[in-house]
Amino acid sequence: MSKVFMQGNEAFAEAAIRCGCKYFFGYPITPSSEIPEYYAKKAPSEDLTFVQAETEVSAFNMVAGVAATGKRGMTATSGPGFSLGCEAMSYMSAASLPAVIVDCMRPGPADGEILGSQGDYNQLTKGGGHGDYNTIVLAPYSVQEYADFASLSFELAEKYRNPVVVASDGTIAKLMENVELPKKNYEFKRSDWACDGMNGRSHYNDITTCGDGPEQWEHFNITLQQKYQTIQQNEQRWEEINTEDADIIIVAFGSLARVCMDTIKIARENGKKVGLIRPITLWPFPEKAFEKYEKTNTKFFVTELNAGQMVNDVKIAVNDKNRVEFYGKLGGITPTPIELYQKLCEIYP
Amino acid sequence: MSIVYQRPEVFTNEYMKYCGGCGHGIINRLIGEIIEEQNWKEKTVIVWPIGCSVYADKYFKVDSICALHGRAPAMGTGIKRSCPEDLVIVYQGDGDMVSEGMAEIMHAGIRGEKFTVVFVNNAIYGMTGGQMAPTTLMEQVTTTTPYGRKQENTGNPVNMAEIISQLEGCYYSERVAVTSPANIQKTKKAIKKAFQYQMEGKGLSFVEVLSPCPTGWKMKPADALKHINDIVVKQYPLAVFKDLGRGEKQL
Repeated sequence: MSKVFMQGNEAFAEAAIRCGCKYFFGYPITPSSEIPEYYAKKAPSEDLTFVQAETEVSAFNMVAGVAATGKRGMTATSGPGFSLGCEAMSYMSAASLPAVIVDCMRPGPADGEILGSQGDYNQLTKGGGHGDYNTIVLAPYSVQEYADFASLSFELAEKYRNPVVVASDGTIAKLMENVELPKKNYEFKRSDWACDGMNGRSHYNDITTCGDGPEQWEHFNITLQQKYQTIQQNEQRWEEINTEDADIIIVAFGSLARVCMDTIKIARENGKKVGLIRPITLWPFPEKAFEKYEKTNTKFFVTELNAGQMVNDVKIAVNDKNRVEFYGKLGGITPTPIELYQKLCEIYP
Repeated sequence: MSIVYQRPEVFTNEYMKYCGGCGHGIINRLIGEIIEEQNWKEKTVIVWPIGCSVYADKYFKVDSICALHGRAPAMGTGIKRSCPEDLVIVYQGDGDMVSEGMAEIMHAGIRGEKFTVVFVNNAIYGMTGGQMAPTTLMEQVTTTTPYGRKQENTGNPVNMAEIISQLEGCYYSERVAVTSPANIQKTKKAIKKAFQYQMEGKGLSFVEVLSPCPTGWKMKPADALKHINDIVVKQYPLAVFKDLGRGEKQL
């Protein structure tokens, strides 16, 4: 397979089309807009349905509608739009609807800025909307991984009948790189549970998120939590680089993990044994990656493009907050590898 | 002995949870009768709202999905775009549609979504206990307008069937009422026509049904029907506002 030089958002959109996602509903917002634009452009030639919704509230609910029919559909947005979509995220989680949502994170709070950021970590990984629910969150660090997550996100969404969020950011969204795109290999099969009209199915389906008394609703919630436990058990993903002999391990995800890959090289050149753990699933958080360090003196340096959000999950996973330090950048500025190395040296001289 | 009246075959055996004298049960039944008579059971998907009809998914042996409050037209858009051959029915109350979901219904009309909206207008929030809706009549007493609805603070009632009919994407819009046997038959005819237009692939078909809420209005069921016929229709006239199938652009 040959590689093509593509922008992150466009590569993701093309990969999603090749993975059989024929339905896109979205509202324009920087830095996600190339995804709806790509769908709009390709709609006639690829037989796609593209609807520009009036609000993100509607876009997310349209995605819920298409997901309820068992077809692959998605939307893409950024933080302000994701906040509006959270009502539907809660709904889709409760209704067990397999949808994919891209959040191209930008610095908040509120309108904020439009560059790279990781400020939506808590919103994405702790639910974000109302009630006890979780969505699977995948964080790509390159255009290749962004494109690869198109297929993975739909597979996970359908396997668990749960929404999946692809957490890219202003940097990964706009970055252009060589990328190998997936082949078209998706075959649609009707789902037994879907509301697509009986059309020969022997039973009718009823999708509802309305409780029928506290006992029923408690049972419903327990079942939902059991699903989340299964996902936590099975789907933790992460990458480790140079951790075998490391005295200090940097923990970073997404676009910032890319920078950290150079930081650990600089550290090694300067005689410091530094490694990297890169969480790939932000939820479920890859706690398993930290198990082997529980009874060691390994130090952790968590860096994020926010005021310190994932660091709390690292502290829980390491189970010793005194060995976990944090450095964050706000406003959309991505630190350089040297800046991070200097910070690391300040914290761990 | 011949059977002249029975439970529609598409109904389940679930008992309806509506209050005595409520119009929802009648409207649900009309939808059930039409689906059955036209043999559309296999291709029907009903999107239910949040409100008094929130448990109506339990009454029908067809594919049903309960939407979030106000979002039924958006969800219906996703479903109809995915399954254009299906009969997609978006069922909404007045609080759900005209307050929480005004953007969703207006833009479904603006885009000319090819589904049918059955809009049940009882001029009040029923399920939450009788609060004011945007459709509440002037001077009407509700729990949030205890001294009667005043224009100064709350504006005026909203006439959805007229507003929707103004949109190019709307193919058919009519207001009916379930206040008498004759009006119930007119309601059935309107809903059936809307469904037929949808199955012919026409644009948005919209039927507003004036429906009694004796509990919310604090009236006896018979008085509630009289109230619609005498008072409510003055604000919400019963009429066809648009029927492009009749070659008639506007009323």
